Amino acid sequence: MSEALQELGAYLAQKCPDAVIASELAFGELNVTVQPAHLESLVTFLRDDAACRFTSLVDITAVDHPERAPRFDVIYMFLSMYKNHRVRLKVATDEDDMVPSIVAIHPGANWVEREVFDMFGILFSGHPDLRRILTDYGFRGHPLRKDFPTTGYTEVRYDEAQKRVVYEPVSLVQEYRQFDFMSPWEGAQYILPGDEKKAG
Amino acid sequence: MDGDIRQNSYDDGSHEGLAGEHRIRNFNINFGPQHPAAHGVLRLVLELDGEIVERCDPHIGLLHRGTEKLMESRTYLQNLPYFDRLDYVAPMNQEHAWCLAIEKLTGTVVPRRASLIRVLYSEIGRILNHLLNVTTQAMDVGALTPPLWGFEEREKLMVFYERACGARLHAAYFRPGGVHQDLPPALIDDIEQWAKEFPRVLNDLHGLLTENRIFKQRNADIGIVTEQDISDWGYSGVMVRGSGLPWDLRRSQPYELYSEFDFKIPVGKNGDCYDRYLCRMAEMEESLKIIHQAIAKLRAPEGQGDVLARGKITPPKRGEMKRSMEALIHHFKLYTEGFHVPAGEVYAAVEAPKGEFGVYLKADGTNKPYRAKIRAPGYMHLQSMDYICKGHQLADVSAIIGTMDIVFGEVDR
Repeated sequence: MSEALQELGAYLAQKCPDAVIASELAFGELNVTVQPAHLESLVTFLRDDAACRFTSLVDITAVDHPERAPRFDVIYMFLSMYKNHRVRLKVATDEDDMVPSIVAIHPGANWVEREVFDMFGILFSGHPDLRRILTDYGFRGHPLRKDFPTTGYTEVRYDEAQKRVVYEPVSLVQEYRQFDFMSPWEGAQYILPGDEKKAG
Repeated sequence: MDGDIRQNSYDDGSHEGLAGEHRIRNFNINFGPQHPAAHGVLRLVLELDGEIVERCDPHIGLLHRGTEKLMESRTYLQNLPYFDRLDYVAPMNQEHAWCLAIEKLTGTVVPRRASLIRVLYSEIGRILNHLLNVTTQAMDVGALTPPLWGFEEREKLMVFYERACGARLHAAYFRPGGVHQDLPPALIDDIEQWAKEFPRVLNDLHGLLTENRIFKQRNADIGIVTEQDISDWGYSGVMVRGSGLPWDLRRSQPYELYSEFDFKIPVGKNGDCYDRYLCRMAEMEESLKIIHQAIAKLRAPEGQGDVLARGKITPPKRGEMKRSMEALIHHFKLYTEGFHVPAGEVYAAVEAPKGEFGVYLKADGTNKPYRAKIRAPGYMHLQSMDYICKGHQLADVSAIIGTMDIVFGEVDR
């Protein structure tokens, strides 16, 4: 299985040298890093080539690395029911960069791209209907970014006087608990509570 | 369209003039979010031309709980119960994907007995799901008795859930490295007894539905899915098999011990709602076969043993904790700090009753997932509503929602 995937990775690099930046095999899965500008041609190639036939789009998602220069990784997962193999494409992008939409190639990408836009604020160029999908009508912010607080910014309640649901800023009765599991024996990079006196 | 009933045309080719007030506008209606056939909180904005659906725009997210965001601030073990709350019709099948993802990253080998129990309960989950789906879909097209009979069986199965893990629905039974507790022999006997009696109920359901004239009229040739649609819309599960493609992850990319089991993959012929109904009924029979085999394997000598891969990611035995300080420390650390998963990214998928349920997990070496993406089959199915419903009648919309097997817990996450 993994040998076949290794071959597939080499085959892709050979057929689409412009698009493929790198490919690696980890945990029995093939990861291919792709140049954003050539994404569409590679996805089309993956779908139509007789050796690939990745006809099914499994999922599109993103990972946020706030400290990295192109902040996001957009991840595409494809499955071939005919050849019985999977591939994962990775495209690095930034907040104000556009990623080409693949809705024209896989119509099923419509909602998943909308979800990535909703959750991360990544823009897809050429998407027919890039609206929010899972969050509330009129929601602000992109919840799955690492700088978005888990509690959010607004909370809702039913107001008896106004007879409607009202939005208010979040007020927490108790501070949200974030436990620190870094061990001082395993390279914690900060001064432990109580040790600051020694430094001063 | 030939012969539009709203406009009179005559033999000489002339039409009756249309004044402004005669022109009929398309009608927009809201279907849901409180419609009983919407299977939860689905809001559909339908544009109707008479009774024909011209456009169907699903508005989802009314049950969005931000599971993926919450998971980023909790440990791997604390995240497990969230999976019960995704597709709450067959909870354990979801947990399975999460456990497989963690086990793939940590390289844990699950003991044989735990693996067999997982197979057994995944199949119970499949029957739970199909019973609900088949019968409520029948209710959506007008039959009231099937859900009543089906729910009675579901109740029996939930008792098996409860006897294994203590909860009817929110099981948290599959754990990374195995299952939480061993099954008592009496429970295995009772499951076997139930599995012997269940074919009679299936026959009753067949008697109610399969040759029922109304049921056939409402389902046959409705919502036809072709091979091209399957690849366009990313379908999986029964939506694929109903159209004749024998695609089942249990067979094509075997996980757990499914390669040891003898079962068939039922496929449909026409890809319509009726074929998908038949597929689900046949799958329940196949699941019963797997349950019987799993029970036999659980009773065999090689099916005995521990149900957890003892190590860093699983708790120590109760008895050891009474005697060993290390075991006690391990137990404390496991349930406070949790276990650390080596950095890396994996995708683990299971053949959930609704289709391919997958988890994309990115770990950064700490005790919490850096990012976890849940791939719900219902999400992909629901987005093709517009494509499938176009040109169908309004009454067919509920039949199509039913056949797509939509549960909002997993669609909205």
